[in-house]
Amino acid sequence: MWQMYFVLFTLFMGLVGVFLVAYLATRLILLLLDIHKKRKSAKFPLKRRKQNVKTMIIAGSGGHTAEMLRLLPQLGDCYSPRHYVMASTDKMSSDKVISLEKERSAGNGRHAQDYIISQIPRSREVKQSYLTSIASTLYAGLYSLPLVAKSKPDLILCNGPGTCVPICICAFLLSVLGLRRIAVVFVESICRVESLSLSGRILYYFADHVIVQWPELKDKYPLTRYLGRLV
Amino acid sequence: MADDEKRVFLTVGTTAFNELINTVNQSDICNVLKELGYSRLLVQKGRGQVDPKQPENIEGFRVEHYQYKESLHDDMQEADLIISHAGAGTCLEVLNMQKPLVVVINEELMGNHQLELAKRLQSDSHLFYTTCKDLPDLLRNLDISSLKPFETGRPEKFASFLDKAMGIS
Repeated sequence: MWQMYFVLFTLFMGLVGVFLVAYLATRLILLLLDIHKKRKSAKFPLKRRKQNVKTMIIAGSGGHTAEMLRLLPQLGDCYSPRHYVMASTDKMSSDKVISLEKERSAGNGRHAQDYIISQIPRSREVKQSYLTSIASTLYAGLYSLPLVAKSKPDLILCNGPGTCVPICICAFLLSVLGLRRIAVVFVESICRVESLSLSGRILYYFADHVIVQWPELKDKYPLTRYLGRLV
Repeated sequence: MADDEKRVFLTVGTTAFNELINTVNQSDICNVLKELGYSRLLVQKGRGQVDPKQPENIEGFRVEHYQYKESLHDDMQEADLIISHAGAGTCLEVLNMQKPLVVVINEELMGNHQLELAKRLQSDSHLFYTTCKDLPDLLRNLDISSLKPFETGRPEKFASFLDKAMGIS
């Protein structure tokens, strides 16, 4: 008798598994179709947003941070709270972010600073080989999932380098699972004239928007967006 | 300090680029610069091992140097011509000041994707792009008037795009 229960139970669990996989696969496909449609069109949602946009900003390091800091002061106060993420070895970026936020709160006359900074291990040092990069990116990924799941942003802004990839992958997973729809916006560096960076090439497949700063790149990668030179 | 003197500022950022410093510091190149009307060469030598020297037999041409400063902004602002390594940050900073710029690529650092930017900006006539080997010729035939003004980047376009994409209007 118990054998029969066992067989029925296994069949039932198998069915649940199949449905779950089918459900997730459908969600994945629908999400990718939605992203693809948005990226190809020039139209934007008509729905007006009422709440603030909880924003996670990934400060890459060096030139990446410098470019990000050119973009951020232009963003309105509705992009708040802001959660900055940077490599633990990157003292320069945290100093610059703190001074930018000081200017912002001085500018709008508020004393409350609506931001936090998190530090994560670096996914790829300059000149590190691709093979060890995979290992350290996975390691960085372990940090990224709880970081993104806890922060639950509406939007992730990033512009490379590697540090941003595991975070964006985690954000995409949360979107697929339906736990939180997180928009990922990647801005390619001004230095990239002829080809996308490694981060850009990875994010090209699932970020909500990939913005390039040269028309040549837009021609080469049609699902990117060119808004003119930004920095 | 006479304010009408024309200055050249040579910067290599945080890199070591001895070849460039040695090339510009040759007395015939200093002579070329003097004939172009420049009377001062200021060198920011970065991690390089060579100290630029005052060239002999050239009257009225001063050579000075230092290693690094927190901000190179003031020295760029005071310069009338800037010679630089291909660092993207430096290129954009100088072009945003509308200063004539000669970018010299370090051939020891090939594969550096920052070169893409300098090359592109040269094709739009915003700067001159050369190697150490060809720098003397470029300076001898330097025609600053052939450079076109550089429009600064528009970060506000990003903000307005993002507002639309996120449904904020």
